[in-house]
Amino acid sequence: MPLAIGRLRRHWPVVLLAMLLVVGLVAPLAGGAATSGFFLEVLLGGLMAGVLYSLVALGFVLIYKASGVFNFAQGAMVLFAALATARLAEQFPLPLAVVMALGLMIGFAWLVERLVLRPLVNQSAATLLMATLGISIFLEGFGQAVWGNDIYRIDLGLPKDPMIVGARLFDGGILISREDLVAASVVAALVLALSLFFQKTATGRALRAVADDHLAAQSIGIPLNRIWVIVWSVAGFVALVAGLVWGSKLGVQFSLSQVALKALPVAILGGLTSIPGAIVGGLIVGVGEKFADVFLGQALARWFNLEGGGIEQWFAYVLVLAFLLVRPEGLFGERHIDRV
Amino acid sequence: MLYRENGQFKTTYSADQQLMPIAQDRWLMIALVASSFLAVPLLASDYALRALIIPFLILTIAAIGLNILVGYCGQISLGSAGFMGVGAYVAFNLTLRVPQLDFLVVLLLSGGSAALIGIGFGIPSLRIKGLYLAVATLAAQFFLDWVFARIRWFTADSSSGSVSTNPIEMLGWTVERPVDKYLLVLGVVCLLTLAAKNLTRSYIGRAWMATRDMDVAAEVIGVRPLTAKLSAFAVSSFYAGVAGALWGFVYLGSWEPAAFGVSMSLNVLFMIIIGGLGSMVGSFFGAAFLVVLPLLLNQIPGMVGIDLSTAMKSHMESMIFGGLIVLFLAIEPHGLARLWAIGKEKLRIWPFPH
Repeated sequence: MPLAIGRLRRHWPVVLLAMLLVVGLVAPLAGGAATSGFFLEVLLGGLMAGVLYSLVALGFVLIYKASGVFNFAQGAMVLFAALATARLAEQFPLPLAVVMALGLMIGFAWLVERLVLRPLVNQSAATLLMATLGISIFLEGFGQAVWGNDIYRIDLGLPKDPMIVGARLFDGGILISREDLVAASVVAALVLALSLFFQKTATGRALRAVADDHLAAQSIGIPLNRIWVIVWSVAGFVALVAGLVWGSKLGVQFSLSQVALKALPVAILGGLTSIPGAIVGGLIVGVGEKFADVFLGQALARWFNLEGGGIEQWFAYVLVLAFLLVRPEGLFGERHIDRV
Repeated sequence: MLYRENGQFKTTYSADQQLMPIAQDRWLMIALVASSFLAVPLLASDYALRALIIPFLILTIAAIGLNILVGYCGQISLGSAGFMGVGAYVAFNLTLRVPQLDFLVVLLLSGGSAALIGIGFGIPSLRIKGLYLAVATLAAQFFLDWVFARIRWFTADSSSGSVSTNPIEMLGWTVERPVDKYLLVLGVVCLLTLAAKNLTRSYIGRAWMATRDMDVAAEVIGVRPLTAKLSAFAVSSFYAGVAGALWGFVYLGSWEPAAFGVSMSLNVLFMIIIGGLGSMVGSFFGAAFLVVLPLLLNQIPGMVGIDLSTAMKSHMESMIFGGLIVLFLAIEPHGLARLWAIGKEKLRIWPFPH
């Protein structure tokens, strides 16, 4: 029993979220079916959007865990992978194009390790952050120079038409985008695969060892350089999946690299070192953003005579800021103790 | 440098603690300042002043400001352009709504209000550290971006959200020609650099550096983290605010909200990383590097004789730019200022090996 309580205490954010969900579902039901349908629709839409954010945030977390690098280039990687797939798919069948894009991302990971991480080993976090910014600028330019800078499409064959569920329960039912539903299940599968990879395979265990302590891992014979290549490749793979899903939703174009700016607060909210954190953070940000847009955005627009809402530009960041004040290491981040 | 400092003895504490203890350094600095006030206005063309020297000087102010926060106090900030925006919009609204106000006062007020906002957004730094703080400062950036883009009062109800400025009137001096603008900016740069240099040598500066090196240890020896961190945020934002007001009024003339977006923040951060964290001269180097490089990159394809499309050109530009940043970091992570220091040290004993 103490164990269970301990676990509960460790995972209080999940509990909190679940409670919020329950309260959120029950309260409006009491208030009337019509509003609750709308409420649920906003909630589900937020959850789906959140899943997509966590897809990009996963890439941040993976790299930060294994190499302590805050990878600003994740957005550029998403853009590059999506561009490569979209352009290759014009000449090859889609599965082949995806595999080729994956190959490119692995090659990219190898180059990053060789040309950037190795010379910069043991530098401060700020320097490494800058280096990934450099990579990001380079990759944005390179990707568009090689693959072109128009808007391209990726057709994954996802169903585009929304479906309506629960028409009997609520007035008019709830509108759900099938595309988002597929995307959400893809993310769930990806997270499952990644956790299996991290928990069950030798490479995964090596990755976790490196994340725990670089020096100790090296001293028991784990090759750091190869681990970094692997982890950047995995991040490249995640970027590819994110690029496919986002790209088929929004079209493959430069603005895709800005998705990373959305995912940044998600990764921070969940705690930079935690994969479940990225997921939960994504859900919180997604739901929060949708609700803020629907309720707070209109209120703000009325009070301040605003030009449109646009509240989603900063809401996630301010939410994270407020949250970090309570829990400076994010939801599931490692609590560290400063010693002199 | 090429000169020796033999025979320069200090007999008083004040002589020992002066800003430039070596006589030759002093004379060189005086010559540099004098020539930039007297010779540059005569020699430089209007184009060079407008496209090269003025943006360089203004960005130097922003870089010094951010360097105080990141380089001296160790608080990574990705929101400096937001505070520049505060300065620019406060200056715009002041000149619009209180036209009789002198530009000098406007400049001080825009710096001051940026400092106040900076303190507000600096409060989380007392609890959040490192990369988490960097993302928290992005909150400032995006929130301020939004405020200026959406709240119509700040842009005086202009339909497109862009604003344009009136000519600058300062102490009866109409700053209109590029030379006038240059002299104004140069004066501000000189004053603010001197102030920052002395600030970093004072008690406050030492408190900042102690906080940067290890905040817990600093607290133990009696540095108050609240005052140290918040004063760094205040001073840094003051510089950013002044730089923003100058950037808007002197360099741009008219601007849209995107002028103070996150890419500007990143550019200022690049300046201090490439120039050298925790170094005044590094801020100058970094700003010069970031102003000159895009211009050079723009010229190169034409010089070599390759005709590229505009889109291709900008892609090549960002490729080279990104590559150079990584290259610079790999060669010298401590920035151009470190290279400068090494060069000076080598030249001091040149041509002898030691």
